[in-house]
Amino acid sequence: MPNTHDMLFKTLSDPTRRAIFERLCRSGEQTVGALTARAKVSQPAVSKHLAVLRQAGLVRDRHEGRQTHYSAQLGALAPLLDWTSQMTGFWQSRFDQLEDLLKRMDQ
Amino acid sequence: MSNPATETLSVVVEREVAYPPEKIWRALTQPHLIEEWLMKNDFKPVVDHRFTLRGDWGSVDCQVMTVEPNRTLVYSWGAMGMGSVVTWTLTPTSAGTHLRMEQAGFRPEQQRAYQGAKFGWSKFFANLEQVLARPD
Repeated sequence: MPNTHDMLFKTLSDPTRRAIFERLCRSGEQTVGALTARAKVSQPAVSKHLAVLRQAGLVRDRHEGRQTHYSAQLGALAPLLDWTSQMTGFWQSRFDQLEDLLKRMDQ
Repeated sequence: MSNPATETLSVVVEREVAYPPEKIWRALTQPHLIEEWLMKNDFKPVVDHRFTLRGDWGSVDCQVMTVEPNRTLVYSWGAMGMGSVVTWTLTPTSAGTHLRMEQAGFRPEQQRAYQGAKFGWSKFFANLEQVLARPD
């Protein structure tokens, strides 16, 4: 689970990449060309961002003729929205620190 | 617990710790020790005492609810406008202490707002929320 979080955070930490993902969330399926027209970067750069998003499971591609269509996979965000797994991770790391402290404390 | 209006979420973390409850109690209730494993704070083991936990990402407003030395410590935990309750239970064992922490009280629909605020992505998640709320 922490690896999934790391990957999602890393993937969405880039503002340009996040903008592309948000655009797919808002507008549904888009081609690279359509996405590039709205982005402030070149088509190869958009393609590169899409490849990273795809690796993280955040977008899916569909080939149709010479065009590739991309769509957002909102289900991939589920780990970030899961409060209980987040808080469990938080408290487990605090327990680790507490145990470290107990080791250092004198009786 | 099937009624959505009353359903709450809880998180339980428990561990066998190789130290007696008295020692763990000190780590849970002395401000300079709490700071070492949790956050900066102005905690006092006094019922109704209000204190603040301060982390890099923000602060948590708390109030002491129960103090049973070496056994039970309960405080409210309010962050991002949402409340929950943290209960520490210390049970002596032959090898030390069974330490249990339960944080309870969040309602499921608070999750998304909580995450957005916590990670400073409120705008991103607000946008997403709108998208998700939009009729198809």
